[in-house]
Amino acid sequence: MKLGDFTRMTGEWLRGEGPLADVVVSTRVRLARNLAGYPFLTRASDSERTEIYRILSERIAACPFGRDAVLVDLEEADALDRELLVERHLISKQHAEGAGSRGVTISAGETMALMLNEEDHLRIQGLSCGMQVEEVWREADRIDSELGAHLDFAFDCQFGFLTACPTNVGTGIRVSVMLHLPALKLTQEIERILRAARDMHLAIRGLYGEGTEAAGDFFQISNQTSLGKTEAELARSFVDSIVPRIVEYERVARTALARTRGQQLDDKIWRAYGTLAQARMISTEETQALLSPLRMGICMDRFHELDLPRLNEIFLLTQPAHLQKVLDKSLDGQARAAARADFIRSRLES
Amino acid sequence: MHLVCQRCKKARATVHITDTFPQKREWHLCEECAGEEGIIRKQEDEAFLEKTQSTTALLQEFLKHKSAGSKLDNVTCEHCGITFREFKQQGLLGCPQDYTTFREMLTALVERAHEGATQHVGKVPVRADTTTQKRLTLTRLRRELQEALKCENYELAARVRDQISELESV
Ligand SMILES: [Zn+2]
Ligand SMILES: [Zn+2]
Repeated sequence: MKLGDFTRMTGEWLRGEGPLADVVVSTRVRLARNLAGYPFLTRASDSERTEIYRILSERIAACPFGRDAVLVDLEEADALDRELLVERHLISKQHAEGAGSRGVTISAGETMALMLNEEDHLRIQGLSCGMQVEEVWREADRIDSELGAHLDFAFDCQFGFLTACPTNVGTGIRVSVMLHLPALKLTQEIERILRAARDMHLAIRGLYGEGTEAAGDFFQISNQTSLGKTEAELARSFVDSIVPRIVEYERVARTALARTRGQQLDDKIWRAYGTLAQARMISTEETQALLSPLRMGICMDRFHELDLPRLNEIFLLTQPAHLQKVLDKSLDGQARAAARADFIRSRLES
Repeated sequence: MHLVCQRCKKARATVHITDTFPQKREWHLCEECAGEEGIIRKQEDEAFLEKTQSTTALLQEFLKHKSAGSKLDNVTCEHCGITFREFKQQGLLGCPQDYTTFREMLTALVERAHEGATQHVGKVPVRADTTTQKRLTLTRLRRELQEALKCENYELAARVRDQISELESV
């Protein structure tokens, strides 16, 4: 499979389905692993780095998961392809911009993405739409066991799985859920909720994960503690309390908005739709900001010009790298803004 | 004199909130109407929101203050050559062996970063040697025993205790 083909598919996690999908956009679970007997990447020589890459990629290709998966060599891939993978949430920005021997193995439905030689030798990431923490963790865990049956991962009786950064030791797990919280943002309750989440040792990030600001109405919430609790316990804390709690706040805020300020809400939704349908130039940020009220409108059953899969597709394909891939030409900022507006109009007309 | 609920215009307004969308304005509602508007519910949950006041001490901050200029800084890993000072500067370790070389310093740091935890209780690698398997199984069972005792589930506690002594005698 070539990278260009990705633009014709919509990642599993963007299908817009799954439990609590009105608020929870997607779930991801990653497990950090390192090969025993090799230095971490900060201290690895080029030849050690290449060897780690070779051992891991060969082992992945040989296990059942690897048969339908595609390995992308990021040292070979051009900048646009790497950016495309960031936009699809398959690799981190850090991984895209890194140097040296590194790559990613992506499963057929894009439900699994294994980063090779990112901060750790291996990061197994499971992805899905909606709220499916335990399902995604089990899948990532299964692949970890498949690989771990043949590879020795660095492990310590006290610290568990050893990682380059001590904040990831133990289980090496990070659970993240992407939440869409437009109503809490509108009612300005969001700060209070996010502060409470931070106090519960959760990290809040933006749409593209680590190192990105929480901007707009999308927030990625993840655990910071990976030691002293089992993987199942960490997953359960998301399923049992953290996420349902925030989802409930958002739903209550939406209901209250609809009941007390329905007209203003509809006005906001339709103005956003009007701009998207008429604009001649538009940035990625403005596109995403305008799609946000439409998503809320769809989930509240107040807006029917679009459905979630079509909205998600516009969201995905209007990002800079995707847009250039879809149109098959390289465009600078100004030309891209115009091309993006044309693309959105054509999608909304059809 | 007291305010009358803006919604039902009958009962006394006891809930006062400031709204921000679509424009800034004050709301004065009675208990019942506030409940209808989904507001009371949020106030009840205030306890949940403000429960935890402690915040995670940032790794960098800890590193800066806790062990500034200490002589431990010059401890060096003989496998990868990293010093503890270099680790403090970049925040990333050099090799798995560092966890042994810097165990004492890292335990203090890990404790801060992981809500007081210093012992792994999760998954054990499939290929781990039998000593590791046994040791971590015991750790897990002892933790289960404590949980069972805390929940006053003595039947379960007795069963777990049997498992522990059985494993210890092997
Ligand atoms: Zn009233
Ligand atoms: Zn070392």
